[in-house]
Amino acid sequence: MIRKKEAKKIVFQSEKEMPMMPMSLGSMLYNKTGAWRNIRPVVDLENCIQCGICWKFCPDMSIFIENEFPYVNYDYCKGCGICAEECPAKCIAMVEEEK
Amino acid sequence: MKKVIMGNHALSYGAMLARSQVIAAYPITPQTQVVELLSEMCADKTLDAKFIKVESEHSAMAACIGASVAGARTFTATSSQGLALMHEMLHWASGGRLPVVMGDINRSMGPGWSIWTDQNDSLSERDTGWMQYYCASNQEVLDTVIQAFKVSERLAIPSMVILDAFALSHTYEVVDIPDQAKVDAYLPPFRPQVRLTPDDPHAFGGLTSPEHYFELRYKLQKDMEKAPALIEETGREYEKMFGRYLGLVEDYLCEDADIILVTSGTAGYTARVAVDEMRKGGIKAGNLRIKVFRPFPFEHVRRIVKNAKKVAVVDRNISYGHHGMFFQEVKSALYGQDKSPPVFGFIAGLGGRDITPSTFKEIVDITLSKDKPEEEIIWIGVKR
Amino acid sequence: MKKPRTMKLSLPEEELVGSGNLACQGCGATLAMRYVLKALGQRTVLCIPACCWSVIDGPFPHSCLDVPVYHCAFETAASTASGVKAGLEMVGDTETTVVAWAGDGGTFDIGIQALSGAAERNDDIIYVCYDNEAYMNTGIQRSSATPFGAWTTTTPVKHFKNRPKKDIDAIMAAHRIPYIATASIAYAEDVYKKAKKAKDIQGTRFLHIYAPCPTGWKSRPEDSIRLARMVVQNSIFPLYEIENGEKYTLSIKVKDKKPIHDYLKLQGRFRHLTEDQIKFMQEEVDKNWARLLRKVESSD
Repeated sequence: MIRKKEAKKIVFQSEKEMPMMPMSLGSMLYNKTGAWRNIRPVVDLENCIQCGICWKFCPDMSIFIENEFPYVNYDYCKGCGICAEECPAKCIAMVEEEK
Repeated sequence: MKKVIMGNHALSYGAMLARSQVIAAYPITPQTQVVELLSEMCADKTLDAKFIKVESEHSAMAACIGASVAGARTFTATSSQGLALMHEMLHWASGGRLPVVMGDINRSMGPGWSIWTDQNDSLSERDTGWMQYYCASNQEVLDTVIQAFKVSERLAIPSMVILDAFALSHTYEVVDIPDQAKVDAYLPPFRPQVRLTPDDPHAFGGLTSPEHYFELRYKLQKDMEKAPALIEETGREYEKMFGRYLGLVEDYLCEDADIILVTSGTAGYTARVAVDEMRKGGIKAGNLRIKVFRPFPFEHVRRIVKNAKKVAVVDRNISYGHHGMFFQEVKSALYGQDKSPPVFGFIAGLGGRDITPSTFKEIVDITLSKDKPEEEIIWIGVKR
Repeated sequence: MKKPRTMKLSLPEEELVGSGNLACQGCGATLAMRYVLKALGQRTVLCIPACCWSVIDGPFPHSCLDVPVYHCAFETAASTASGVKAGLEMVGDTETTVVAWAGDGGTFDIGIQALSGAAERNDDIIYVCYDNEAYMNTGIQRSSATPFGAWTTTTPVKHFKNRPKKDIDAIMAAHRIPYIATASIAYAEDVYKKAKKAKDIQGTRFLHIYAPCPTGWKSRPEDSIRLARMVVQNSIFPLYEIENGEKYTLSIKVKDKKPIHDYLKLQGRFRHLTEDQIKFMQEEVDKNWARLLRKVESSD
């Protein structure tokens, strides 16, 4: 059973709301690690060969598959560049973030 | 059923009757008989439990913690060096709010190697957030283990049941071993609210910032403060079913006493013999034996000693650079009270040096001869 | 517009590790967890001692993992896992897989006693060591898994690590446990396969996964997979399995063993090495490889 995950930071107003022992009550989705990036991957879907390698090697689970193609979840992508390095079709470019 | 058993085996029977489910232990003199009997009980299925033969005491407590958070009732036993080795993990059990119950045989810390009794090993752990029960008879040991499980599981705080090396661990006494069915009625199965299960996944014990740690530890202290009342309540329930009441302290002739000895462990029983002799000789002595040291029984101590003329605390331990630890805590409990007699602090019996009724006679003589203690620490029996 | 064909992923799509975690960019340890959990599934309990994953998981009261986790003391990954397994069985759960998930520090060094104890008892746990070759969580100090020649904060360039990497797989083999395997995140399907195989074996199973650390190795984040591939192809970290401490099977028959030079060049932690030192390291790699091949041959 996977609990439905909310992207919300949990805040306690008093000790009465806290569990007795340190114990997680929510996911890390509130933490938008996309803010860490300086460069972002851009996938050229025209030349994408749908091998799935970018999805496979993403350490942040920030590439998801939709309609048989890979898409980057820019909320969480940290810009590590592994997808661009490993893409056999060389169709992912790492592009500077505009600030 | 009445049986003549040694103190160590009283621990084993207590753990068995409490239906411990996971035992992880490492042998150390003079605890070995505890785990040997438990191994036999597991092997012949008198006790349905898994016995993990760990390779050190540190791993013993780690395994107990793992089993406890998985939802099983856990027990272990150790002594001295082994308890010291577990120190890090004691914090983990209490901070993790896991109701592990552990037997500790009070044995001196080396070097030099000493297998005989004093209390430094357990008292060095007084700050770890574990409840501490000091026993003076094998019956008390067995009864305390069963009650300790009940209190620990209600409060989610671990506890240790402590007995003197050899003086109690290896002494054979008649023990009334309760009926399993009755113990089952007194102590229901362990059913924690949260545990490790994929059906309700949580991450326990993760990185906790200054924003949260303080409150979590506040909660631990607040729950520990509920313990004295809970120990008395569960003690009365036990008395109804089994006819014996433990409570937090034993008050022996303190009510009209001029001088009250404060003791713990088997020395506390010896003190009663000494008190009887002194009463015959015209000295109105009394003995306050502290059974539960953590949480400290403030109210009981204050109430019982307040009308005495003098108090003599006898420590079989010492916090180097300060004083005996029962003395420190009794004295601080009396600070600022309306009626607070002078408190004399004695150290006796370290490393298994015998404590006899004449030890107490000497202590009382010294106490009676002075209005106030002249030295911080009064050593009894040291060859100077 | 190209007509899209169906995409066939080489691993199950479901993720048990979530985004928003605190791993560095290009972290190998996160991929190791991702692949192993895909194989073991949601009915898994992790015991994680002090290591990078104590932090990657996220702070209280949050966690990026969809499985139950017990964060335990540094040296207790194996002993905690042994206790958890015993406890779960006693409360009637014999199905959940119990995993000790530790870094190289908690496995090779401070945790080795507990690991050896659990292995000797053949406790029914899977022990996974993700190896980033130093105490990375505390700031890149050397461990006994740090390879010869590496810079770390406690083996500065003038006193670089001059002892070989501890052969933890040989140590585990000596315990005669049912299954040991080495794996590398560049070979994701192999990690998955070995974790799946381990899941169905009873007793102590040990997985040693190579996990590059750009932060500690001073390598580019985008090179993490490349490094994890090179290290197999130059046989510094060969992929193999050991069954019952005796039967050695190579997972990949490396045809043309590459020289180690290119692999070292991509990492700042090796930048100070002289040609002579690299030559020495190459000889050691060759010797270790030859020794492994002998073990494989004598297993047949």
